Amino acid sequence: MKNKKDNTTLLQIKDLKIEGFSDERWHKIIKGVNLELKRGEVLGLIGESGAGKSTLGLAAMGYTQPGCRITGGQINFDGVDLTKRTDSEKRKYWGNRMTYVAQSAAASFNPAHRLINQTTESTIRAGLKKQNEAFDEARALYDALNLPNPETIGERYPHQVSGGQLQRIMTAMAMSPNPDLIVFDEPTTALDVTTQVEVLAAMRDIVKTYGTAAIYITHDLSVVAQMADRIKVLRYGEEVEEAMTRKMLKSPKEDYTKSLWSVRSIQKPEKKSKDIILEVKNVDAFYGSFHVLKNINIKLPLGRTVALVGESGSGKSTVARVITGLLEPKIGSVKFKNRELPPSLKGRTKDQLQKIQMIYQMADVAMNPKQTVYDIISRPASFFASLTGANLRKRVVELLEQIDLDESFIDRYPSELSGGQKQRICIARALAANPEVVICDEVTSALDQIVQEGILTLLGRLQKDLNLSYIFITHDIATVKAISDEVVVMNEGEVVEQGLKSEIFSPPHPEYTELLLSSVPEMDPDWLTDLLKARNY
Amino acid sequence: MHPVVKTVLERLGLGLATLFFVSIIIFSAIEMLPGDFGQAILGQAALPETVAAFRQELGLDKPAYIRYFDWALGAIQGDLGTSFSGRNASGADRSAEVVDKIAPRLWNTLFLASMAALIAVPLSLILGILTALYRNSFFDRSVNTATLTTISFPEFFVAYILILFFASLNQIFPSLANVDPDTNFGERIYRTALPAFTLTLVIVAHMMRMTRAAIINLLASPYIQMAKLSGASQTEIILKHALPNAWAPIATVIAFNLAYLVVGVVVVEVVFVYPGVGQLMVDAVRTRDIPVVQGCALIFAVTYILLNLIADIIGIVTNPRLLHPK
Amino acid sequence: MNKDTNTYSAAGEVGSVLESRSTFTRLKIELNKAPLTAKFGIFIIIVFVGLAIFAPLIAPYGEAEVFPEPYAPWSANHIFGTDQIGRDIFSRLIFGARNTVGVAFATTILAFLIGGALGLAAAINRSYLDLFLSRTVDVLMAIPQLIFALVLLSIFGSTIINLIIIIAVLDSTRVFRLTRAVSLNVVVMDYVEVAKLRGENISWVMRKEILPNILPPLIAEFGLRFCFVFLSIAALSFLGVGIQPPTADWGSMVRENASLIQFAQYDLKAAMTPLLPAAAIALLTVAVNFVVDWFLHKTSGIKDEK
Repeated sequence: MKNKKDNTTLLQIKDLKIEGFSDERWHKIIKGVNLELKRGEVLGLIGESGAGKSTLGLAAMGYTQPGCRITGGQINFDGVDLTKRTDSEKRKYWGNRMTYVAQSAAASFNPAHRLINQTTESTIRAGLKKQNEAFDEARALYDALNLPNPETIGERYPHQVSGGQLQRIMTAMAMSPNPDLIVFDEPTTALDVTTQVEVLAAMRDIVKTYGTAAIYITHDLSVVAQMADRIKVLRYGEEVEEAMTRKMLKSPKEDYTKSLWSVRSIQKPEKKSKDIILEVKNVDAFYGSFHVLKNINIKLPLGRTVALVGESGSGKSTVARVITGLLEPKIGSVKFKNRELPPSLKGRTKDQLQKIQMIYQMADVAMNPKQTVYDIISRPASFFASLTGANLRKRVVELLEQIDLDESFIDRYPSELSGGQKQRICIARALAANPEVVICDEVTSALDQIVQEGILTLLGRLQKDLNLSYIFITHDIATVKAISDEVVVMNEGEVVEQGLKSEIFSPPHPEYTELLLSSVPEMDPDWLTDLLKARNY
Repeated sequence: MHPVVKTVLERLGLGLATLFFVSIIIFSAIEMLPGDFGQAILGQAALPETVAAFRQELGLDKPAYIRYFDWALGAIQGDLGTSFSGRNASGADRSAEVVDKIAPRLWNTLFLASMAALIAVPLSLILGILTALYRNSFFDRSVNTATLTTISFPEFFVAYILILFFASLNQIFPSLANVDPDTNFGERIYRTALPAFTLTLVIVAHMMRMTRAAIINLLASPYIQMAKLSGASQTEIILKHALPNAWAPIATVIAFNLAYLVVGVVVVEVVFVYPGVGQLMVDAVRTRDIPVVQGCALIFAVTYILLNLIADIIGIVTNPRLLHPK
Repeated sequence: MNKDTNTYSAAGEVGSVLESRSTFTRLKIELNKAPLTAKFGIFIIIVFVGLAIFAPLIAPYGEAEVFPEPYAPWSANHIFGTDQIGRDIFSRLIFGARNTVGVAFATTILAFLIGGALGLAAAINRSYLDLFLSRTVDVLMAIPQLIFALVLLSIFGSTIINLIIIIAVLDSTRVFRLTRAVSLNVVVMDYVEVAKLRGENISWVMRKEILPNILPPLIAEFGLRFCFVFLSIAALSFLGVGIQPPTADWGSMVRENASLIQFAQYDLKAAMTPLLPAAAIALLTVAVNFVVDWFLHKTSGIKDEK
């Protein structure tokens, strides 16, 4: 295949406006965005939830999701205005000259068909290649994408291969018709960091080799920095700024752009402490016959933060379940202030329950939607401290002030709060019990960067004011750096290492820590290239 | 063992177990009768000896579990016992075998149900798919309102409206569907037209709504959007991408509604005085002829369990995750 | 450590924040936006409930009052004529609203009390109790409900109390399944875990955390179950094994007057008589279904698509 890269314009979007229908009304999703893409160029679209980046990405293909409509502007693809074409005319472009890579590969493959048939389906339909030829080509693509057993993997069904492999096969599917344009819609967001590296590398390589133009949509600036030549930042359906990748990273014009890596700007000096408030000792735990935790030992120093890091399935959240008594360990115990806690929740006294509180990842499901902020925060205060009437209300207002919210929030329902406000209410609820240890389970990972920063700052301040000790469970290394004093690295139910933050982040590392740390994308366009060189790919 | 075979066997076992429990429940009907029911059936004038003989004939002197196995073994071999009716106080016994009462009527009921199913199943699948494809169109909204109205109608209301228009005001079809073994096939269809049509109207509404919901659910899957974005046409999306994954929900819908048919048939048979199992059962309930009630209930239950079992098995053998294990 | 927050404040954080409105205002707004079918449904339900409550005041004659002329034609004295033994059809229709709807309503309530309580218990205590109840319900549901009801009625006899208990128990299986399913969705929520971690007792968790969240689907289900129960009881009465004479009941009224339909060519009005109670049943069921349909559409948050 010839490289298609030249300097002519492939796609030009002018003043595009899109509306979506919800709550019985039309809402503006895209409010007049311009976009230009040259042949062979990769454009990164970045923004937080609600920025309209996915809608814009799909619109680049002339596609709008059900419930959305284009209300103005043009989408010129290779000289043709797609907004004026019918679906059946656009179908000739889809799966042929333009293709799409979705976020969730597992859900986006049809469970009923073999992977190779799905990979080549649109190529064969468009009459670009005969079946044999298309199959051979697909196997070559599998090979180029570093998939294991490229000759036979296509014979499998979607549920028979892993998530990272599926995402690469979807890239092969997008490449199969040798399109002019690929839209990548958050293709690595659902993957663990160590898997993400391989997928990113494979995607970048193949796009470069064929000189395909691409739009790469993501919320993660460090990821897009590896992939894109140029980056466009979106917010609330409007463009914030656009620049070449290196320029954008070095000297962003807008404050908003800077806020996209705001968590990385928090620096917390680590502090040591000798007093241990909580200790997990020699714990082994099982789900049924599945051995989730293997000989876990963790110490939490008083007034400090221990970050528990690991990928999905590493057992980090299970540690929290053991500490709170939701899961009884088979062997080992949890000690609070040098006294062993009863293994099961039911055996613990009110006082023991009060001292350890938990904050969850999804504030949405951590609050009863039928209760007001007052109900939510006041319950632990009345339950543990037996406060009533005016005293209780005073306490709730005081707690709201501690989390930077005022009394006006007291009668709201969770659905009337923003994401960050919800998480703050959850923090207030934990504080209402007067705890000494707070377990934070991925409390910031569902939030936008700038909101994350606010929450992390708040947690830091509360720790200082109330002398709290945190166990902070997360998969995000930037968050670990921002909040922790000590770090525990977990993998497959085992502790890989535990130590002060400075020790963990400076070499030499155990093999897994090395892999994990090196896989975290950095705000450097050369990071992936350098990493691959270092790993001898 | 292949997971498909394993799951099918599991489901069969479950079906058998269910049947076992159901048969116990039906059997215990006779256990729950008040103590003096012998007297009630034979009449106040019956002599104590006659009542005693009757009780012995029913085997009430033996323990319940032995009688259950006798009864169940008999049922498997096609012996459902003897009807209570036709007995009198003097001890004379002109009662009929339950099987002889049910057998000719079973054929009639099956005929009526199949006729309704043959019209209803294809019709509702097509309507369901069409409304799913053109959802929220005027067509869809009107069909939705129409079916919502129809499922709210009692079967006898639909039946009498049809009678009013097609039998009473315009004498196109007979209002009484009296058939006997000598009725020839064409005549039989003609006479059962109104009952079959009533049943069709009632189940089409249910079935169409369920098909529509199942298809819409399927069309919302991300892989359908993916298929659209790879240039597949509507037809291709339905036939190649949605249908292979739709067998399980569609089979469930059909089974559910054929089971519904079983129930609807009872009322419709009574309206049209059609000599089927349903009418027999209602009559037996009125006269408290327990062996006949038991026999009919057993037949309905077996049909119902069987239909659901078939739907389950279709769902299993078309599930790609089970067909192609890891 | 508290950095410069000129660009950020928690209280001013914007999301698509909803306005706070009282329940009553919301209800009014929703009602105004309701489709015509739903408004029609609400109107019909109100009329029927009114008829049921004030039956003796509205009906011109008594429920079982017998007049000398059986099968009297429609006239000023007897708006819809009289039945086979000379009772006023119009009055019986009005009393029927009380009896038929009343029995169906009582049955549905009972079914929800049984099914709801057991379903909630099974969802919370996910061990032997759940297993036992779920299997029992599977078996009970393996027999078509009407058939099962017929078997039980043949044993216990057709009295109103028996009818209510039998149908309620059979129908509670479906309520059980739904309650269990929706409760299980709620039980796994983090906020229930929070309550457990706090050491709240089971009854508090049930009342405060679970119940308010399973109410919307249960209310919708109540409407659907009512329709089903109502139709089942009407069918049984029509078959002659449900509500027994002389109690005025729509199902049995259809059966009693069914033969009139044969005379449509001679007296169309008289032939319509058996259709009146049937139509009353249909009308109420349609009305409830319309309202439930609208309610489901609202609470499930189904978005109108193009």
